[in-house]
Amino acid sequence: MDKKYIVSPSPHIHANISTTSIMRDVIIALCPAILVSVLAYGWAELLVLAVSVASCVLLEWAVTKWMLKKPSTIGDLSAVVTGLLLAMNLPSAIPLWIVFIGAFVSICVAKLSFGGIGQNVFNPAITGRVFLLVSFPAQMTDWTPTPGFVAIPDAVSGATPLSALKEALKSGSTIPQFMDAHSYDLASFLWDAGASAGELSAGALLLGFIYLLIRRVVKPWIPIAVLGTMALISAIFHGVNPDLYTGVPFNLMTGGAMLGALFMATDYVTSPMSTLGGVIYGIGIGLIAMMIRYFGSYPEGMSFAILLMNCTVPLLNIWFHQKKYGRA
Amino acid sequence: MGKLTFSMGGVHPHDSKFARECAIEELPLPPTVYVSMAQHLGAPAKPVVAVGDTVKVGQVIAEPGGFISAFVHSPASGTVKSIAPRKDLAGNPVMHVEIAVEGDEWDPAIDRTKTLVTAIPEDKAVILDRIKAGGVVGLGGATFPTHVKLSPPPGKVAECLIINGTECEPYLTSDYRIMLERPKEIVVGAAIMQKVLGGCPCVIGIEENKPEAIRTMGAAIAELGYPGIEVKVLKKRYPQGGEKQLIDAVMKRQVRSGGLPIDVGAVVQNAGTALAVYEAVQKNKPLITNVLTVTGDHIPGNLQHNYLFRIGAPLSFIMEQAGGIPQTADKLVSGGPMMGKAISNPDATTVKGSSAILYLSEASTRRQATTSCIRCGKCADACPMGLEPFLLYRLYKAADLDALEKQAAQDCIECGCCLYSCPAHIPLLDHIRQAKGQVMGVIRARAAAAKAAAEAAKK
Repeated sequence: MDKKYIVSPSPHIHANISTTSIMRDVIIALCPAILVSVLAYGWAELLVLAVSVASCVLLEWAVTKWMLKKPSTIGDLSAVVTGLLLAMNLPSAIPLWIVFIGAFVSICVAKLSFGGIGQNVFNPAITGRVFLLVSFPAQMTDWTPTPGFVAIPDAVSGATPLSALKEALKSGSTIPQFMDAHSYDLASFLWDAGASAGELSAGALLLGFIYLLIRRVVKPWIPIAVLGTMALISAIFHGVNPDLYTGVPFNLMTGGAMLGALFMATDYVTSPMSTLGGVIYGIGIGLIAMMIRYFGSYPEGMSFAILLMNCTVPLLNIWFHQKKYGRA
Repeated sequence: MGKLTFSMGGVHPHDSKFARECAIEELPLPPTVYVSMAQHLGAPAKPVVAVGDTVKVGQVIAEPGGFISAFVHSPASGTVKSIAPRKDLAGNPVMHVEIAVEGDEWDPAIDRTKTLVTAIPEDKAVILDRIKAGGVVGLGGATFPTHVKLSPPPGKVAECLIINGTECEPYLTSDYRIMLERPKEIVVGAAIMQKVLGGCPCVIGIEENKPEAIRTMGAAIAELGYPGIEVKVLKKRYPQGGEKQLIDAVMKRQVRSGGLPIDVGAVVQNAGTALAVYEAVQKNKPLITNVLTVTGDHIPGNLQHNYLFRIGAPLSFIMEQAGGIPQTADKLVSGGPMMGKAISNPDATTVKGSSAILYLSEASTRRQATTSCIRCGKCADACPMGLEPFLLYRLYKAADLDALEKQAAQDCIECGCCLYSCPAHIPLLDHIRQAKGQVMGVIRARAAAAKAAAEAAKK
């Protein structure tokens, strides 16, 4: 026999799937929300996205090549996803050098120093965002809308609904007064509620998430746990005292709840492997986020909640396993 | 009617059953046959012929080498040339009987007519004896001696006989073809096994992607009128035909770890085995022929076949008869693409369990470079045994045998779903196979030590 044939153990075929194809699906899923934010905030938003993605990819490439001297991993597109998620958490008016610092923290500190893709404990994009939030509080909370390509009918200027609310409550007004003053309703939350790209349109985020579900990239349990817990807590508190505590739709549609629950809490690497572990992780995120919103000094708490629950993942992976065949 | 399926894991590879329209053709006799002495699970058979003996088709040439073992018969008539180790398809030496084929003279006791014999012998012992004497083994992959499986230990009662017509492996079409072309024989074979097991109900499980087989088998059951046999339609999902998965799908029961199907009242036999049982019991024909699919990806239709072959014909002979190995083939596989074995020695012989020769192109089969685990959990989602392959892989790398046992590495059925579905192309199964072997070794050693201690205590 002249020809050399391949000999390797079974299985001899492979599903047409790779890390790259999964990341590509995530990017596709983020597109509707990105489109809405670019339409709303124009060139400035586009620039933030471009700088964030370019910085993340370039930094990962440079560090793996020159510092780690390992094969580059930018081909797997995970740096692109981190870049997009980071940008979607930033105000469109933010100075671009701050975006670069965020990308640096995301990629170099949160991701590569732990060993790169698959090894990081904390979600890189959230780590970058939280670093910026505590380092540049003024720039990170300046939500002055940049001129968009289409006019948003009731865009909020200057502050996100949650921080505006925090201010309003401090100055002694009640929640019904605040709601009247800002004329929020359910529809406005689904399509716009003046905020960062990721917070702008819950509808667009949901659309993308449904795509991920159809493509079987993610399972719905973590988002259901996160949003369900937030809904339950806000229903109870709002029911007890509607003057002091915001209601269910307001909490689910603002402050990155959707982006966090759908796209950040479901990050493979930093979430538990088992379904039950994932549900507990999701409940933890919902609980912490709501406690921060109601009782903390920050207006919103998704980022901190996810980072805190990221810490528990190794433990949840030890405690909870899949149900095995033929075993009690 | 709702379609049945197993409760956890599984994958959906493209079924690639390109050879499904190829009717079964009888392969010509090769000049030489090489009959392996280790073509069943359990102890190798012991040759009972000597070099220089002349043998007829169907004559016993080796007897069982233990309780779990099987008779081996000559697939051809001719002269025994040698009894010596010969390389199997992976290149390992195995004892073979080499027979130079001369003519085609059959043992006169074998009924070679096509007449369907529907009257089943009354005596169970007679049936079991004929199955054993016919060297019948499970043709679904494990080649477990059939008479042993049909003799439940005392206290165990068969509640359901499941005939496995799922053929869930992609590419394979041999079971499909026999269900289309010989449905009545399969039904009689099933009825025979049903009788041996005490008349329990019998379910013939067929996947939804074989509607013609579902129809022909159903028609055969209706025509023959044996009571308690029915076809059930299963979803297309791999590994539906795994014994434990099929029991889960059909009976909604799970065999506990380390247990046997009979513990939950199940006996599973392949459709091909049912046909072999029919031939052994009703026609006195031992297991010397089987049907094998020759197919592959991107190969012309004229190179695809379903062959009735003599067990012992070399793979290279079959490939030659089938029109030669196509240029596009970069890997030769004996069996299905999920659990078959890569052929490193094309001169190896066929055995009772040979089900296919696949020609796979490099594009379809070359393993991609491994990247980092992204903890997506797709391997755990795909595992039909509910294991966590990513974890077993890590534990194996850490050589933590205690944890591997606790995480049930020994329950792995080596179906390949984990590696198939891994986006990082991590060779999960390669490592878990090793882990399983080591854990099984530990379990066996512990059992042996416990037994020795118990005996010492008795004295």
